[in-house]
Amino acid sequence: MLTVLSVLWLIPLFYLLVQSFRGEPGAWSPTFFPRTWTLDNYRRLFTETDFPRWYGNTLLIAVVSCAITTLFVLAVSYAFSRIRFPARKPLMNVMLILGMFPGFMSMSAVYFLLKILLPNNYQSHVSLIIVYSAGAALSYYIAKGFFDTVPKSLDEAARMDGASRALVFRRIILPLSKPIIIYTVLINFIAPWCDYIFVSYILSGVPDTGMYTVSLGMFRWLEREMVQQYFTTFCAAAVVVAVPITLLFMWLQKYYVQGVTGGAVKG
Amino acid sequence: MNNPTNQNFPYVPQSPLVRLGRSFIATLKAAPQKAASRATGVFHSAAAKVRGFFKSFADGDAATKASYLIMGLGHLRRGQIARGVIYLLLQVLFILYMVTFGGRFLGMFFENFFTGGNVGRVETHISGEWDPELGEYVKIAGDNSFHIVLYGILTVFVVLFFVLTYLRSVRESYALEQAAIIGRRPDGIRKDIALLSDSKFHVTLLSLPMVGLFFFTIIPLATMILIAFTSYDANHEVPEHLFQWVGFQNFGDMLSGGSSLGATFRRVLIWTLTWAFFSTFTNYFIGMLLALLINKKGIRLKKLYRTLFVATIAVPQFVSLLILSKMLDTGGGTLGSGGGIITQLIENVFGYHLQFGLDILTTRICIILVNLWIGVPYSMLLCSGILMNIPEDLYESARIDRTGPVRRFLKITLPYMLFVTGPYLITQFIGNLNNFNVIFLLSGGGPGDLSLYTNGAKGTDLLITWLYKLSLGADRNYKLASVIGILVFLISAILSLVVYNRSSAVKGEEHFQ
Repeated sequence: MLTVLSVLWLIPLFYLLVQSFRGEPGAWSPTFFPRTWTLDNYRRLFTETDFPRWYGNTLLIAVVSCAITTLFVLAVSYAFSRIRFPARKPLMNVMLILGMFPGFMSMSAVYFLLKILLPNNYQSHVSLIIVYSAGAALSYYIAKGFFDTVPKSLDEAARMDGASRALVFRRIILPLSKPIIIYTVLINFIAPWCDYIFVSYILSGVPDTGMYTVSLGMFRWLEREMVQQYFTTFCAAAVVVAVPITLLFMWLQKYYVQGVTGGAVKG
Repeated sequence: MNNPTNQNFPYVPQSPLVRLGRSFIATLKAAPQKAASRATGVFHSAAAKVRGFFKSFADGDAATKASYLIMGLGHLRRGQIARGVIYLLLQVLFILYMVTFGGRFLGMFFENFFTGGNVGRVETHISGEWDPELGEYVKIAGDNSFHIVLYGILTVFVVLFFVLTYLRSVRESYALEQAAIIGRRPDGIRKDIALLSDSKFHVTLLSLPMVGLFFFTIIPLATMILIAFTSYDANHEVPEHLFQWVGFQNFGDMLSGGSSLGATFRRVLIWTLTWAFFSTFTNYFIGMLLALLINKKGIRLKKLYRTLFVATIAVPQFVSLLILSKMLDTGGGTLGSGGGIITQLIENVFGYHLQFGLDILTTRICIILVNLWIGVPYSMLLCSGILMNIPEDLYESARIDRTGPVRRFLKITLPYMLFVTGPYLITQFIGNLNNFNVIFLLSGGGPGDLSLYTNGAKGTDLLITWLYKLSLGADRNYKLASVIGILVFLISAILSLVVYNRSSAVKGEEHFQ
């Protein structure tokens, strides 16, 4: 039973893999396995398309926005978890409410703001990084849940010995927080690879298609006009994108599961 | 994790759903009273602050009085030079901002705000002067309504911040005077900076994230909320045209019974709720069953199985969903026209041509099925963790009573799981209401439908994908997009209220540590 299910689950991914080696052109093939096997799609992908540039762009955006987001999330969640200040409850409530609006709703206004801030290159990677990381504080919830479970007595003991809050955070809490740091990094590193909605809004109009990220560029390949020509290239590109992400994910799976279950059960 | 039996819930045999409903109704009933008591509290503290404001002016000496007019004078007088200079600078900056920029926008923002009418004064128009180089009349740029809303709301916030800063400076200045009377030296700027890494560490931690949040979430969101009360759409595109304040008209149009827009909204809303319901519950139950299968004693390679299923979470969704949309593609739509591999397989085996992307119902069913593929591993992961925490003795005693596996599941596993994961289910439901990826990447919202078409929606569009289409493309309709956003918010907010009530994490926050 389980074997059947797991095979069923992997079929689409397996299909993607074998199609990336298909020699026949076109979008549809009548058979699951290709008739002729070739590495041509990969060669084409790296030599004839913008894909290597998209890959670089996405990697850069992912690394920078992941770094900023992680710092923001850790800072905000630690402050909310440990420090009691008058504005704490109101701030948390405001952020709870902000989080309930569809994130995309404010996009048109963000676009205008970016146009004002970066008049010459608002359709750029900088814009995307800003969009991904500026709202980071809103997703403090899971990390705060984690900090809440770290015993407060640790902080208090260190504070008794004269350590400042900053020192406690850096030297005591952060070293204990490896699981949640890895979880936050993982989620935020993967997010730009998977995002389509914001990229399409910000980068769609850019004249140089080399500026795209992988998701936007590959999405274009499957549009009606391009799919006949590019389907197998898409599959090859998908493999190149998915393999590192999947491996990374599998490697850090433990932390992901901890984050998900921890966050979910506390609601 | 919390063990629910330890909490102060009296045991009443009710289904979780009934309990949820009751607690929700109880909250709603208690809400007016709560709000009233909170309002009186706020009112009293505000009144006390106002009294304090005037009292310290009456009691204060010349320097304190002067700082009511020019911020920071009190600080300078008592030797807090750095702080005084900062306050003074803030005041100068604020005045400059208002005079050169903010005041103008604030004026135009509020001009017709309450009465309805144009946002801005001058529309872009053609002057009588002929430009021989361009071969047309000279265009004179008018006001940009969108900028007026954006900068207007920004200025409102700036004024608000300034007022708070002003009150704070006055308070501090009076406190400094009091301290000077008893002969205490004020803290210098060095002490202030040192505090930033200690008792004021939260300021250090929060300031940058909050600045980001303010400029890229709060200001844009406030602007777009206001856009819902204007006539901003493709016919009122800035900067060529002005748009108008129209009050609640857009909400009326969207919710009205008779209009085609109202009909479209209702259809999209019903599908959104149906989708959220089915996707949440199918994923949850099948995920739980899968977790049970894997966790069963005697199954070998547990870890391997789990990893195999998790592969679909790990692969970026735009890859996995797009490839499935191509596997389901119809090619031409009729029997024998080829298409994606799944469509062909179904055709060869059953002689039926799958109408994915052509027939609304078929497409919807396919989407829910494909979503299982994406979502079940996720809930499997979640459930596995919790299943392992069910006390083994419950099953032990059930086995002694010779209870069958089905009854064990229904009487022990299911109630336990529903109890623990109730909040998660609702969060998940909200997530699915806004599940852009699955719909957009699989079907793009299609297939088209004539009655929905005029309002820019398609057969499987959710509110969120409809919003996306309305804020982009040829017939942009920002005002309706904003209305949809607000309505989605209202739905999520009501559901979240239920979670908030039930969530022990909120109530017992302090108990944890």
